[in-house]
Amino acid sequence: MIRLERRKEPSKIWRIANPFLAVVLTMIAGGIMFAALGKDPVAAIRLIFFDPLFSEQFGSYSRPQLLIKTAPLILIAVGLAIGFKANIWNIGAEGQYIMGALFGAGVALAFYPIEGWYIFPLMILAGALGGFMWAMIPAILKTRFNTNEILVSLLLVYVAERILAAMALGLMRNPDQPGFPGSRDLRRYDSAHNAELIANTGLHWGVVAALIAVIFAYVMMTRHMLGFHVQLAGQAPRAARFGGVSPARLVIICLGLAGALAGLAGMFEVSGPGGQVRIEFATGYGFTAIIVAFLGRLNPIGIVLAGFLLGLTYIGGELSQMMLQLPGASIQVFQGMLLFFLLALDFQTNYRIRLTQGARA
Amino acid sequence: MILGSINPAVLLAALMVAATPILLAAIGELVVEKSGVLNLGVEGMMIMGACLGFIIAVNSGSPLLGFVGAALAGMVLAALFALLTQVLMTNHVATGLALTLFGLGLTALLGQQYVGITPPRTPRLDLGPLAQIPFFGRAFFRHDIVVYLTIALVGAVWWFLKYSRAGMILRAVGENHDAAHALGYHVKRVRLMAILFGGACAGLGGAYLSLIRVAGWTEGMTVGAGWIALALVVFASWRPWRALAGAYLFGGVVVLQLNLQAAGVRIPVEYLSMSPYLITILVLVLISSGKARASLNAPGSLNKPFHASS
Amino acid sequence: MPAPLMQLDGLTKSYPGVRANDDISFNIGEGQIHALLGENGAGKSTLVKMIYGLVRPDSGRMTLHGEPFAPSQPTEARLNGIAMVFQHFSLFDALDVAENVALGMENPPPLRDLARRIRTVSEAYGLPLDPSRLVGELSAGERQRVEIVRCLLQDPRLLIMDEPTSVLTPQEVEILFRTLRKLASEGTAILYISHKLEEIRTLCDEATILRGGRKVATCDPREKSARELAELMVGQILTPPERPARAMGDVVLEVENLSLKSSNPFGTSLKDISFQLRAGEVLGIAGVAGNGQDELLLMLSGELRAPRDQVRLRGKPVGHLGPNGRRGLGVVAAPEERLGHAAAPDMTLTENALLSAARRKRLERGGFIDWGKAEAFARDIITRFDVRTPGPHVLARALSGGNLQKFVIGREIELDPDVIIVNQPTWGVDASAAATIRQALLDLAGKGAAVLVISQDLDELLEVADSFAALNEGRLSRVRPAKGLSVEEIGLMMGGSGDMHVAHEAAE
Repeated sequence: MIRLERRKEPSKIWRIANPFLAVVLTMIAGGIMFAALGKDPVAAIRLIFFDPLFSEQFGSYSRPQLLIKTAPLILIAVGLAIGFKANIWNIGAEGQYIMGALFGAGVALAFYPIEGWYIFPLMILAGALGGFMWAMIPAILKTRFNTNEILVSLLLVYVAERILAAMALGLMRNPDQPGFPGSRDLRRYDSAHNAELIANTGLHWGVVAALIAVIFAYVMMTRHMLGFHVQLAGQAPRAARFGGVSPARLVIICLGLAGALAGLAGMFEVSGPGGQVRIEFATGYGFTAIIVAFLGRLNPIGIVLAGFLLGLTYIGGELSQMMLQLPGASIQVFQGMLLFFLLALDFQTNYRIRLTQGARA
Repeated sequence: MILGSINPAVLLAALMVAATPILLAAIGELVVEKSGVLNLGVEGMMIMGACLGFIIAVNSGSPLLGFVGAALAGMVLAALFALLTQVLMTNHVATGLALTLFGLGLTALLGQQYVGITPPRTPRLDLGPLAQIPFFGRAFFRHDIVVYLTIALVGAVWWFLKYSRAGMILRAVGENHDAAHALGYHVKRVRLMAILFGGACAGLGGAYLSLIRVAGWTEGMTVGAGWIALALVVFASWRPWRALAGAYLFGGVVVLQLNLQAAGVRIPVEYLSMSPYLITILVLVLISSGKARASLNAPGSLNKPFHASS
Repeated sequence: MPAPLMQLDGLTKSYPGVRANDDISFNIGEGQIHALLGENGAGKSTLVKMIYGLVRPDSGRMTLHGEPFAPSQPTEARLNGIAMVFQHFSLFDALDVAENVALGMENPPPLRDLARRIRTVSEAYGLPLDPSRLVGELSAGERQRVEIVRCLLQDPRLLIMDEPTSVLTPQEVEILFRTLRKLASEGTAILYISHKLEEIRTLCDEATILRGGRKVATCDPREKSARELAELMVGQILTPPERPARAMGDVVLEVENLSLKSSNPFGTSLKDISFQLRAGEVLGIAGVAGNGQDELLLMLSGELRAPRDQVRLRGKPVGHLGPNGRRGLGVVAAPEERLGHAAAPDMTLTENALLSAARRKRLERGGFIDWGKAEAFARDIITRFDVRTPGPHVLARALSGGNLQKFVIGREIELDPDVIIVNQPTWGVDASAAATIRQALLDLAGKGAAVLVISQDLDELLEVADSFAALNEGRLSRVRPAKGLSVEEIGLMMGGSGDMHVAHEAAE
């Protein structure tokens, strides 16, 4: 008979080893899936996980892409992870990301064509504000009416996507090219352009922001009472109230922080790599960041590593779209599997499997 | 007058069709939640049903086989959820999300070659003279059989939960799993059955989308229907007939905004098409602000981990 | 001596790291009321779980009516005429009485017939019940009736009762005993689990005493004194706590006409509560579980906010302050539930020390935590209160109930409070830890702090309290001096609701 036995303390080794194991298992399962679809499994896995970095053919294009794809993932995941620790489930970061981009781009387009040093900082503020405000909707509904934040934040993603489309087709459409949907290209507007800080590295202001966010989150979670309260509220809500933590305040802080960071990510994207407000602007960073947060064990340092890995799969996904004619969404299969394997493996962290003899006397 | 161009009988008929997929998914999820489990992967199970139901129906030429396959596809994904949450004790929220992401991705891959194909037609149920009644015939009696079966399913679930012993055990497990365990009921087995039933219903709801309502396959075609079904369960305060009412209300909103789009109202399409989501949020707020009553109805052990200590 | 109904022979059950039951053998006769006596953790519940089919023994045998008996699940036990009344966890709040009864039966009749039978049986045994009411709306005593009636409807041969009186007033206990004696006289055997010695001496024909998973004796409890039984159970000679002589000081804490709604839909709201607490005084508040004890503690600790002026500390209004605001003024609390409320199960003792002591012990500065200082503080509690644990890095859930309780109470006492409120300070705690905790509370009062002890254990309250009051359905009785109060008087303070008198008469 197999028995699950709860460990007295969670196993530290498994906590660290499981994400790596999950990646390996995902590659194996993914290979089997590609084989079943009639594609060469080794080539496909290579294309997704190795070629973006090491191939001579694509490397020069895709290496800078790595920072570009990873920065928003980390920025969003760091914020989400803090909420998840407190059992506050903001799964609508994609919407907050869109709103941040729209607010940031809105400021830029309003100033166009004036040039000034102050425009970009204003865009940063606006981007954070846009994400923050969008996240405040589920936060306030939760604290005032006890409405489920999971459903509200998620449903607001669909609303944000439609606002994005409306903006791209209406208010923010480039008046110089009325035949095409989409706004002016911010990359051609110097004061609003989030340009590479070092050429051909992919290093832009969003990467800097992600780095600051990681350090900030690390200090907060390990050394500050706020981080302690976040963990307390997540693990033992009644003990948190006993410790004087106000649940409503925590909901506002966690959702607000995650929203602002997602908004920043959106703003850095629209003013740099994305370039303009388009219908297809949102590519699922907000959802992938959820996986990044889990894979990184909700720990800021882990999130950096997980962010790079999933950033890699993003580029690999684009490559496989080009080379193997796979649909873009197929990368989500990998992401879903990765999360499955991680969750499944995690039970070893808290439980021990024991084989016992039949209990008969 | 724009609204004058909308025929109320046609509107009612369209409303029932629009409501059916989310009603199917919601009634399944209602049973799951009554057993104390929150499966956030409804969207993923729905899209699996939509995709596999479509593929099977197109290849076999039989919509019936398509629906059966969709139910099975939903159940397979649900079984995965059950394995993870009930046996391996994983976090429900994360597992539900993984289910959704995985379902969306896998179906995009599987359905790649099926975009733009028309599925075999599901025949309308011939209700003879009933269909000829003026107004009512057009509104209520000219639908495919799934619409009626779904209503029957709501009735069956209502009866099951209220009057059958198995239903009572299911409610007991959802209300207090420790007590149910102490009395010797198999908490995990009951929940596994409920989760599988929920998966089958979500799969059927998805297939209804791809085979009948939209009659075609596109990537990510559920666009949040699974999440709306989850909200519907809260709106219904876990009561089957209220889920039906909620789904029809929601179907009404969808159909009305589609009609307004078609009638060329001077509001951009994008704003009209966000109305179902906004109304769902509004309804959630209204329901949850009546705190005490809704929470009394919520299953007591909903979303609490269960691990038999003995 | 009646023929044995059930024989237990060498039952043994181990869990990782613990031998819960070690070679336990005894007999239960037909119509016998057999006590199973032991401290928490002595192995009583594992033993009855084996009889009821929830746990399988590693070795050993049971026989029922002389036939081998090895139930693999409760269904099998029930089919063999074994019924059990649980201490916790076996009712469903949102289901009605009839459904709750049906869920505990093997082949329940249709609900309408069942409702009729519930009425008949419950009245015949003096335990009236309305089958259509929701269980969540019943009082603790009524909930127990549901469990008992559920068992009686199955004509059990053996009825197991797990700590049945912990939720009853003395008068309700009287009714229960009458019911049990009637059942025994009809031939039903009863296995009665308790750690209350006087009860066992009045009710039971035979007692089996467990300690540390082993049987230490089977005896006739009426031939032993309570002290002898206690020593068998605990294995050491107990000394009652010392009460240092002290003078009462001024009024420190004052609550006036306070009514407060419970935050829990099935909770009890506080109604018109008034009392005063003086420096150096120990006020004991008795009451059956679920009569507002939790709410009273939450209101005093600041987790539930009260109107500003109705709670006063040395005349200053504090009702509007939260837990940290009150801690700052010297009011601390230790809630009943250790794991999950007073302490976070999955956090270390250091983190749990920080939980309530962060500000008062200056373990943080400007929000930044001084982990070194927090750990030193945790270590301090561990040594001063003799908490048996490898060190402050251990998770709270890894500690035994008694050790964690010593840690939690110790943490609050170390905050050097002017007022301390504790709820069920020794519930589920072994005797020596309980003695330590009571002594620590008395010492604190000796140093001039005001102490409020909420407890369902009357013996405990009589041991420590200077003055005494009782909670009943959210109302607090008048506070009276503890000296000279009889158990009868206390019982009347705790309950004496009209409905119980009716039951009393119906039983006669």
